[in-house]
Order: sequence, then structure tokens, then C-alpha cells
Amino acid sequence: MSSTSKKYHPQEAAEFVADNERAHWHDKALWFVRSKRDKAAAAVPEWEALRETASQIKAHMVAKHADFLEQFEEQATKLGAVVHWAKNPEEHNRIVLELLQKHEVKRIVKSKSMLTEECHLNPFLEKNGIEVVDTDLGERIVQLRNEPPSHIVLPAIHIKKGEVGELFHEYLGTEKGADDPDYLTEAARHHLREKFLAADAGITGVNFAIAETGGIVVCTNEGNADLGTSLAKLHIACMGIEKLIPRAQDLSVFTRLLARSATGQPITTYTSHFHGPREGGELHIIMLDNGRSVLRQSDDFRRSLSCIRCGACMNTCPVYRRSGGHSYNNTVPGPIGSILGPAMDAEKHSSLPFACSLCGSCSDVCPVKIDLHHQLLKWRGKIAERKLLPWTKRMSMKMASIVLRNTWLFTLMGGIARKVMPLMPRFLVYNRFNDWGKQRDLPAMPKQSFRQQLKKRNDSQKRDS
Amino acid sequence: MSMRVGLFIPCYVDQVYPDVGMATVEVLEQQGLEVDFPSAQTCCGQPMANTGCNDDAKPLAVKFMEVFKDYEYVVAPSGSCVAMVRHHYEEFLGGVPGFEELKSKTFELCEFLTDVLKIESLDLSFPHKVGLHQSCHGLRELRMGSASELMSETVNKPKQLLEMVSDLELVDLSRPDECCGFGGTFAVSEEAVSCMMGDDRIADHEESGTSVMTAADMSCLMHLQGLIDRQKKPIHVMHIAQILAGREVTK
Repeated sequence: MSSTSKKYHPQEAAEFVADNERAHWHDKALWFVRSKRDKAAAAVPEWEALRETASQIKAHMVAKHADFLEQFEEQATKLGAVVHWAKNPEEHNRIVLELLQKHEVKRIVKSKSMLTEECHLNPFLEKNGIEVVDTDLGERIVQLRNEPPSHIVLPAIHIKKGEVGELFHEYLGTEKGADDPDYLTEAARHHLREKFLAADAGITGVNFAIAETGGIVVCTNEGNADLGTSLAKLHIACMGIEKLIPRAQDLSVFTRLLARSATGQPITTYTSHFHGPREGGELHIIMLDNGRSVLRQSDDFRRSLSCIRCGACMNTCPVYRRSGGHSYNNTVPGPIGSILGPAMDAEKHSSLPFACSLCGSCSDVCPVKIDLHHQLLKWRGKIAERKLLPWTKRMSMKMASIVLRNTWLFTLMGGIARKVMPLMPRFLVYNRFNDWGKQRDLPAMPKQSFRQQLKKRNDSQKRDS
Repeated sequence: MSMRVGLFIPCYVDQVYPDVGMATVEVLEQQGLEVDFPSAQTCCGQPMANTGCNDDAKPLAVKFMEVFKDYEYVVAPSGSCVAMVRHHYEEFLGGVPGFEELKSKTFELCEFLTDVLKIESLDLSFPHKVGLHQSCHGLRELRMGSASELMSETVNKPKQLLEMVSDLELVDLSRPDECCGFGGTFAVSEEAVSCMMGDDRIADHEESGTSVMTAADMSCLMHLQGLIDRQKKPIHVMHIAQILAGREVTK
């Protein structure tokens, strides 16, 4: 049921919008989260100062990235963790597999990690005979549906409770037709408890890695990261190399921003700190690059590395809310995903920077003040430079520019359009070639342009005086 | 002493919405200004720049500067075009002598009235329920108002002006600054989402009792009016300059 990769955003979005009732339900669900965020943010008097501080801490981290990476590796190693470096998803997945094979692991439990989604770790491990169970409830739901998450914080936000009921009836044996969230959650807890107990290893993501201490921090609402790493002896933590923060004291800035921005909670239910392996266990931290160091070199896109994956830009994005996460065909959807996607594969994701009305809401909601909509605009320029724009867009802009560079040509063309348009029969104006006119009327054409009207008025004023 | 203002009228407003231009002229003249419309002007280049076609946008930025560089002030009834000059011309004109000055003297109509002329009253009556659409570029690029995402002081320049008009009742919207979905070429390339966004804005205005919908950008209103006209909704659409010039309600 995974979405097809050949289609671009406008087609995927049109399909989502076609189910008007569902698209509105999706929009309202996410707007509710955005509204909760507004209330939570408003309750912190120094909210804007916190955002600014977070933005500067991350900018500092990115500026001295290599130093902080080295410091983190040194400190984490001192604590007894093993740090691995992966250039790309293939290397990342190979490291995970080797660790699992060395420990003869057959079953693993995984807490939420968008990075392992980015690496397509689940199918890779399954192909190698290892059972992977996502233990975040939302992620378990999409895993059972054989779908990718549609949101980085709320992976199953696109699925209605009735659909979860049907899914659980099929896989977990819940009563047919049952859609009570408490009942379904309880069933999932029992199901997952068995998986936790049977697992030989736990994989987690990482929200923050502290260079100063070598510790890692994982934020969850379900406590599944703790449970997954407490029962099995092997803990593998997978993170992008941008997840660093310099000092332990910086953490408070981010934990205050993260949950409020993500879901409107004051703090996530669990903020789990891992400083080295637990007694008798092993902690392996895999640090993935996968294009991040290329982004770091770019003046235009460097700030996207500040992202703490709160998902607020998705919740606020009027396009995301109405087109759904899967329409982006990228591990990370929404505004931030539309910057990161083209950085990985500009051709495949060439439509994403255009899946945006440039409203700027994302930049204002972002807890680390990433200039998201300006970066999306920058990407449009890069995509045009690389000749990845659709032919129609390229030609229409070229023609428009030629006309608009010459005032006489502009006024001539304008005049012709104003005369001809009203004479045209409706079917010539409104047809399948006119995307504007499918649902919208064109403005009524005035006889005179503004410049003609102004000249007429000024001439008559001159005559009168 | 009368101030000489160079008037920039967006290309499509010049051709399709002449009365918005005329209303802008009248509003400025009522404030005792000498308004000059340099006829060599065409377009700020935003459609091309927002589509990524920077090579096609640059000559228009150069032309804009050439046409307007000698005015004391440049005023346009469009937050979007002014945002283009102030925030996105850097790429085309950065370092060119006179560019910094051009940026600092180019204003959107409402902010020119509130921040430069500092007007405090208007001798006008408009006895209607008005729904103010906050056009995004005016709101978040020019900061003509405080975006709902930000937890900072609240200003709202278009609203400030509308509140000076007697008998005008501003309605409260449930989503006060959500995008209408125009977005330039977005309106065509993402037609489905664009129209859904527009329909949702219109529904919010309908539920809030808007009789006249207004905004500081005609592009948003062109998109919204296109939907309203097709669906034969009873909401009237007027640019804020038309209300400030004392126009009667038009359909």
C-alpha cells in the first residue's frame, strides 16, 4: 500500500483533496494540534527569546560541527558506548545488521526513529530474517498497514479510528467493529508487551546528543524507548549527525520548545537520558551523514540542519494539512521535508519546493527559527537552474518576462487580452487547458486599463484648470 | 510642502483592476500628496522569481529600479510586490548604488499611511460587516501585522486603518491569518489544494458574517473572487484602497 514514487506532488495532492470530507477531517485534526501549540507557546512569556536562543545554539553547533562531533565521540566512548559512522543508508544498515548478527539477534523492538525510515531499515532487516516491531503506537499502526509514516511526530495522523479498529481486528484479534481508542490502545499494549519481552535488542532514535557529556536523549510519550532498551542487552541508537547540542545545559532550551511545538504539551511524558550502556549491556550509536555534510556547506540551506523534528511546520502548513504526508513521497514531508528531499534527490523531489504558497507560517512557527519558506524559494531557483522545471512553467515565465521588459508590448498585449477575452465563447476560455478556470471565474475585463483611466482623468483635470 | 510619490501599480491590477489603482491615487491625493505614475513601469518580477526563473526576473528588477530610483517615496497597493522589492531584490540588485535607498523608501499603501504619514483619522463611513483577509506577504514579510504563530506584541496596520472608518464592523474569523491559497503560479500548478484553501477561507468569512471581504493584496482577492463568482456566493470583494477611497460596495 506504499504510495507510488512516480507521481509528483500536485497529482498526489489532487487525489487527497478529491475526498473532500477526509481532506477536511485531516486539516481540522492538524489545525487542532497547531491551536494547542499556540496555547502552550503563549503560556511561556519568553517564548520568542527561547526560539532565538535555540536558533543560535544550533547555528553555533553547525558552525563548529566537526569539533563537536569529535568531542561527542570521545565522551560517549569514555562512557563505554561505541560510536559508528555511516556515510549513507547502506553503510548504516550494514552496521546495524552486523551488530545484530554478532549478537545472534532474531527479534528487535524499535522506538520511533525517522532516521531508520530514511534508511529503509525495516525492509532491509526483514529481508535478512530479522523481525522488526515498531513500538510507537502510531508507527505500529502504519507498520501493520505496510505504509510509511505520514507525519514525523504523528505517524498515523491520516488514519481514522475506525480504520485502526479494522486493522487491529485483522492483526490483533480485537472485536469486529470496535473503534474505542482506549480499548484499541489496551489491545496494542498487550500485543507490544509480548514483543518487548521477546526482543533480543532495542533500536531507538535520538532527539539530542550532548557533545559535552557524550550522552544521548530520547523523547517519547509512550515510554517505549525505555522499555525497549531495558529488557534487551543490546541498544542501538541511530541518529543524524546534526542532532548534536554543545552542552547539557542547552538541553533545557530544546526540551521546553520541542513538546510545546510538536503537540502543545509542556514536555514529553518521557525524556530518557542514556549515558553509556547499562550494566552488562552494550550501547552502539550510529551517526549517519547521508547528505547532511553537503547541506552544511551550503549558505542557502545550512540552517535546515537546525531542525529538531518537532513537526510544527507540518501542522501549520495549509498545503500539508490538505494534501496529507504521503503526497510528498519523502520520508520527511511538509515544509522541512520539501527542503531536505531535493537535497537528497533534486529530480525525484523537484515538485516539493513548489508544493507551497510561500505563506511563511512555517518559518514563524519553527522553534529554531529556520527560514523555511525562503529556503523553499531558493530551491525553486536551483531547480530552474538545473532545468528540472516543467516545460510549461519555463516557457510561460520566459514569454512573460519578454513581454514585461517592454512597456509598449505589455500595454499592447494587455489591451488585446481585455478586448478579446469578453468576445470569446465560454468553452474557449474555460476548458481543460485552463487550470485557473476549473473552479474559478476569471476577472471581468475592463474596457480601459488603469493607466488609460488615469491619463484620461489627468488630461481632463488639466483642461479644466 | 507636498511630497512627490512614485506610484507602482502591479501589472495585473493595471490591466484588470483599474479602479484599485484609481482608488490608490485618490487615497494618496487626499493626504495632500503629489502622485506620479511613471508609465514605463510594468511588473516587479515576482511571478518569475517565485517560480525559480531568476534570469527572467532580474531584468524586471533592474527596470523597476531604473523607473523608481529618483522618487522620494515609492508606494504600491500590494504587500506582495513591496516584499519582492524589500526582501528578494537583493539577489538581483545587491551592491548596486541606490538599491539600499530604494528598499527603504518603498512602501505598501497601508504601512505608508500608518508609518510614514502617521494618519490617525479618516473622514469616512462604510456601514458594512467587513472581513479582513491578511495577505501573507504583507503579514509575514512586511510585518504589517503580527502573525498568529508569533508570541509577540500585536500590531495590525490594515486593521488600524479600517478601525478609523465610521460604521465599519470588522468580523472575527476563526483562523485569522490562514493563507488563501493563491501563491502565484501555485494557484495553477497546485490547483486542487489552492482552491480548497480558498474555499476554506471563504467558508470562514461566511460563518463569521462577512459581507465585504477586503485585503491589501488584489492577487489573493482575485483568487477568492474567482471562487465566489463561480459559486455565486453573496460576499462582496473590495481592495482596501477602495474602502479607504470611499467607494460604495461593488460586486
